[in-house]
Amino acid sequence: MSALAYTITDSTTMLGRNLRRLRRYPSLTLMLVGMPIVFLLLFVYVFGGQLGAGLGRGLAGGHAGRAGYLNYLTPGILLMTVAAAVQGTAIVVAMDMTGGIIDRFRTMAIARACVLTGHVLASLIQTLVSIVVVLGVAIALGFRPTADPADWLAAIGVIALFAFALIWLATALGLAAKSVETASNTPMFLTLLPFLSSGFVVAASMPAGLRQFATYQPFTPVIETLRGLLTGTHIGGNAIGAIAWSVGIGVASYLWAIRLYNQRHAR
Amino acid sequence: MIGAGGPAIEAAGLCKSYGDALVLDNVELAVAEGTIFGLLGPNGAGKTTIVRILSTLIPADCGRMRVAGRDVVADPDGVRGSIGVTGQFSAVDDLFTGEENLRLMADLNHLGRTEGRRRVGELLDAFDLADAARKPVSTYSGGMRRRLDLAMTLVGSPRVIFLDEPTTGLDPRGRRTMWEAIRDLVATERVTIFLTTQYLDEADQLADQIAVLDRGRIVAEGTPGQLKRRIPGGHLRLQFTAPDALEAAERALEGASRNEEHLTLQVPGDGSVAALRRVLEELDDAGVEIAQLSIHTPDLDDVFFALTERPAAQQAAVL
Repeated sequence: MSALAYTITDSTTMLGRNLRRLRRYPSLTLMLVGMPIVFLLLFVYVFGGQLGAGLGRGLAGGHAGRAGYLNYLTPGILLMTVAAAVQGTAIVVAMDMTGGIIDRFRTMAIARACVLTGHVLASLIQTLVSIVVVLGVAIALGFRPTADPADWLAAIGVIALFAFALIWLATALGLAAKSVETASNTPMFLTLLPFLSSGFVVAASMPAGLRQFATYQPFTPVIETLRGLLTGTHIGGNAIGAIAWSVGIGVASYLWAIRLYNQRHAR
Repeated sequence: MIGAGGPAIEAAGLCKSYGDALVLDNVELAVAEGTIFGLLGPNGAGKTTIVRILSTLIPADCGRMRVAGRDVVADPDGVRGSIGVTGQFSAVDDLFTGEENLRLMADLNHLGRTEGRRRVGELLDAFDLADAARKPVSTYSGGMRRRLDLAMTLVGSPRVIFLDEPTTGLDPRGRRTMWEAIRDLVATERVTIFLTTQYLDEADQLADQIAVLDRGRIVAEGTPGQLKRRIPGGHLRLQFTAPDALEAAERALEGASRNEEHLTLQVPGDGSVAALRRVLEELDDAGVEIAQLSIHTPDLDDVFFALTERPAAQQAAVL
């Protein structure tokens, strides 16, 4: 077999290992999927009536009140699902790195990248499954996307690309953490960022300073692009912003993660 | 000590420091193929650092190293293809069953489906894990985990195996089982084993060659027998029933030292039959009756304490 074939075989083996580990540790996934669902229910049923009243119909997929707010909120909740899921990535990466098994892998003649590739691919699958679950709950509550098949494909692409970037970021955070506890805390800021974006309320309604932050931080263009694809709102330059942020975060985090991985045990 | 095929492990001028702390100081090692090499030393002597360097986990600051005929620095992947490492910390996946752990190793060693299955079954049997094969490792005892750990190391049939303190924390039965497994490996598969331990009896039991490491330096090297002969301390211990017998015996034997309280006499000697006969004859001539006699040969404890330049009392206090 060639070196590339070995890399693919070993990465597939590691992917299988990590998916199996996730199945053996279901409480982690349940906790991470539960969080955005709780926020979805909270915001739709507690705040939704009043928040929906303040939205124009144009932003709410043509609906008013609570139903309109559900349409407005769902893209942001989907992104929050991504942010929550990658917290799990940091935890499982740190579990591996602080355990003894990583030394075993490093003394075996296996493709060097396969340990991290296995984690990233497993996390991507886990994140996409979480997205499907949360989306299912939103639809059950009355979320009515207007997307055609091409829009759906594009939406999946946008989510997957952003998820891929955040997974590499979480992988790096998991590698940087000295303990599993630290690794479960450091990515938490990611789950806060959707609140400080256009995910829950229109950025224009925020005070100066916060408004600029909300407008220019990475989650906003991704949420706006997703909202446009799913409910037909105006996307404009947000698509470029979403792709640029995803690629930027992804590449920087990838390089950081690889550097940490190669350094980590060389001390 | 170098076999026909050349040494399986050799290191020359090996050094390593962390900041100002010199951890390894010009270490020289050579381990013949098909033998068990014991690296003996107290905690913090640098044993694990040597294993981590030779198994490609961390770089050395200087020195030349070859493992299984490959250069550790120039060809780490070649080394990795020939070695197996069982570290101090359990390298098993707790969320998996024993069988799944072994299958993972079979897959990463590219054994293929049929061969992988065969090898996994074989190792489960050999390490007495067949009954627990489908239970999660989190339910295993300490001894079972160590056996699984070693079995995982063996899946790829490595030629050189590093065992870093393989029995630390095991109960006496677990240690015996582990020792047998290690001896079997060398006997049946002619692998080379590099073993670190802080247990003197373990090195004595298993190793063909021992090197004593203290504060990053090799302070002695040889077979267990050679090391024991290097230090004084062999003697006969004679026990008497009455003080006058003790006194008479002391007069008859030159160089003996007595213990009044215990009515014993310690006679220096190498424990040979000739020396023993000479002592008995002299006591017979003097008409002294001996109640009890024991022969004391230096054990590795004596060697260890003599070589690591710390008195036994201080060692005991540290423990």
